[in-house]
Amino acid sequence: MFLFGFKRLLQGVVTVWFIATATFFAMHNVPGDPLLNERAGSEAIKANLESKYGLDQPLSTQYFIYLRNLSRGDFGISFTQENREVNDIIREHFPVSAILGILAIVFAATGGVLFGALTALYRNRLPDYIIMILVILGISVPSFVIAAMSQLMLVGINNMAGSTILPVAGWGTILHMLVPALVLGLGTMAYLTRLMRSSMLEIIGSDYIRTAKSKGVPPPRIFAKHQLRNAILPVVTVLGPSIAAITTGGFVVELVFAIPGLGRYFVQAVQQLDYTVIMGTTVFYGAFLVFMVILVDILYGFIDPRVRLEK
Amino acid sequence: MNRNGSNGGSAARSLALYAAYVLLAVAILIYILAFFAGNTGIAINGGAINEERNSITIALSEEPPQLDSTRSTDAVSFVVLAHTMEGLIAYDQNDQLTPGAAERWEIRDDGATFWIREEATWSDGQPVTAHDFEFAWKRVLDPDTAAQYAFILYPIKNAEAVNQGDLPKEMLGVRAVTDLVLEVDFERPTPYFDKLVAFNTYFPLREDFFESTNGRYGADAAMLLSNGPYILTEWVHGASMVWEKNPYYWNSEKGLLDEIVTAYITNDANANLNLFKDGQIVQTGLTAPMLPTAMEQRWQIDRFMDGTLFFLEFNHREDRVTDNLNFRKALYFAQDPSELVYKVLKEASYLPAESLFPIWIQGLQGAFRKEYPLPKHSLDLEKAREYLDLARQELGLEDFPPIILLTGDSSLSLLAAEYYQELYKKNLGLELRIDAQIFKQRLAKMTSGDFDIVMAGWGPDYFDALTFGDLFASWNLNNRGRYQSEEMDNLVRTAQSELDPQKRMDAFGSIQELINSDVVIIPMYERGVSFVVDPRLKGFKRRSVGPQVDYNYAYIDSSQN
Repeated sequence: MFLFGFKRLLQGVVTVWFIATATFFAMHNVPGDPLLNERAGSEAIKANLESKYGLDQPLSTQYFIYLRNLSRGDFGISFTQENREVNDIIREHFPVSAILGILAIVFAATGGVLFGALTALYRNRLPDYIIMILVILGISVPSFVIAAMSQLMLVGINNMAGSTILPVAGWGTILHMLVPALVLGLGTMAYLTRLMRSSMLEIIGSDYIRTAKSKGVPPPRIFAKHQLRNAILPVVTVLGPSIAAITTGGFVVELVFAIPGLGRYFVQAVQQLDYTVIMGTTVFYGAFLVFMVILVDILYGFIDPRVRLEK
Repeated sequence: MNRNGSNGGSAARSLALYAAYVLLAVAILIYILAFFAGNTGIAINGGAINEERNSITIALSEEPPQLDSTRSTDAVSFVVLAHTMEGLIAYDQNDQLTPGAAERWEIRDDGATFWIREEATWSDGQPVTAHDFEFAWKRVLDPDTAAQYAFILYPIKNAEAVNQGDLPKEMLGVRAVTDLVLEVDFERPTPYFDKLVAFNTYFPLREDFFESTNGRYGADAAMLLSNGPYILTEWVHGASMVWEKNPYYWNSEKGLLDEIVTAYITNDANANLNLFKDGQIVQTGLTAPMLPTAMEQRWQIDRFMDGTLFFLEFNHREDRVTDNLNFRKALYFAQDPSELVYKVLKEASYLPAESLFPIWIQGLQGAFRKEYPLPKHSLDLEKAREYLDLARQELGLEDFPPIILLTGDSSLSLLAAEYYQELYKKNLGLELRIDAQIFKQRLAKMTSGDFDIVMAGWGPDYFDALTFGDLFASWNLNNRGRYQSEEMDNLVRTAQSELDPQKRMDAFGSIQELINSDVVIIPMYERGVSFVVDPRLKGFKRRSVGPQVDYNYAYIDSSQN
């Protein structure tokens, strides 16, 4: 088990190094100069800036300097927010994205499992149809539409109530989090509902359920012990990558609801060619994703003994 | 059937039980998360206007990237700094110069003297002195600072040489004679220097405080020292800011609110509109699609020119077709900017542009464009085709090669680019190729000359015609189309240094004519903003020059309730 974990960890480090290297060279090959500004500076001003950021060095030297700093966990200073370190940006804004993401995934997972079980239970009956229509909507409508519409709805509710029941945007209290998290988790919730439904239906027809039934096990017990628990396994598998995807993919929701998360910095950095922030956030997100996948692999071993046996 | 039904029913019951457990767990988790969330933002629910606290709430479009005034270059930082800092001279509510930290000044042809007022005070209670300006200006020009706006200080003697590292900082033509007298030497006569010192890059900086921040000046609320009407007291990065009234500020006409809260940071126009509708912020901009909503709500919609001019800039490098005057004239006469603005862009606050100088530029007495009117332009296809034939003969071409139109990637610029593509195809049979690029790459291509025509914009730095007038001087690095003409260079030199106001203004008149007759550019539009302000807030100002939004004179009018 430990050997297994260690091996996966080593693979993870190599993956992160690969991400870092690929991003570094891809970024330096994106056309455009990060130091160019609307007001054209003289050669002197430009040279001053280049030496400040070390861009006057050859690319290979920059790469090795970058790797050395990376191994120390130092991502450097942002090009656009010139007196903030990239580490500070990540430290201050990732928790916000993480909190929002965790809540979103909790909504998504509970909603997905409950609705999935419900649709399987009421297969081809009214609740099934209603939920499945909503699921298709949830998967196909992009989040910026849902975000904008739900915000408009909040304004309507507040106006009708005559006071602010739920804040329209902003961050800081529990009330600020509910709607954005729901919007953020909606796509995943829909996906998990479908996954849970098909997984439940697959199990209903399996041999051990039939055996349990023939042994006279009471139906609620079959449902809880055999059906639900086994059906949840595939959901757990996709949960890891989903957490990473939700935590890193909240850009639109963060923008619409004015939430100070990291996603905003990630996207803006690319638009503004802010080299250090691009590198910092990409490597950080990459490492986070790799970590989540490894974590799920290990957890899986605990939930399903067969995985351990195969190793 | 019956059996199945009861099966489903009891399973549903146990599912409901599970659901109840899970919901309970979720509720507990939410409270735990809320606790952590409380540490990453400040909860603000005061509404747009709080009369009791004499406070208002606003939104910013992004986190201010640089609050070190010697290095900042962007509009949002300028807005914050316009409230926390004050230069030697400031602009009043009518965009007229008004004394700031200096109570009087004198501008000569070889230099200037500023007398700093005794009551000017920093937010820690210490007096503002001439040394603070001397230190700030030397820091701007220090090569190690790498300030992008350093060029705006180049009228000061030796400034450019210091910035290039050819001369030591001590040689810069600025010195504090006493604590209250600042003496400046000019590199060349600079009659508009009073307007320059109102700009952000000329704001003061106190040496001992700056050194105490260890290179983190402007990074946090505690790392800032203010001499303006407001102090930044709280700053949660990316989330919120609080500006409080500066108790040490000298001018009782500015800083009338006790508190300005920036509770939201987002550039999503719809989010801002929703916040305004919900009564959470005092003002918001309106884009064209929002105007019907605004009318429905019976809001009073204000309009304002934001100062920026957009134009088609030609590439005047020799190997380009656009170097040919008759070709440029053909393009000029085959278009009409009012069609672009009224029929294509349909932004109600935009104005068709006619000149390099926007309508709000001041002349000697009144508006520059009234004092120096241009002949009315109208679409003339016959003339355009004649010029195109002339160009064809001069260049010895059967057919023109495809013309590269370089543009930004916003939906508005793409709309305009497609309009020109269609227009010139239809009117002149020319093929335009649209090259849409992200901002930084568009700049890179403009700088290297990789275009025939570029859709460019220019916003003013200071309230003087020269902020547009020197754009096409051969030495100006922003002249990215490389237009070169001796006549233009001479006119710009006159406009820069002529001390007789009449002669100086005449030079601007001639620059305008030359731009027009030489078709250096084709003016497209002057950008405007539609916006709506909470009726209880008075004295709020939007500016063409300086901070885009200005709350320095704003106050709450309680009679509006």
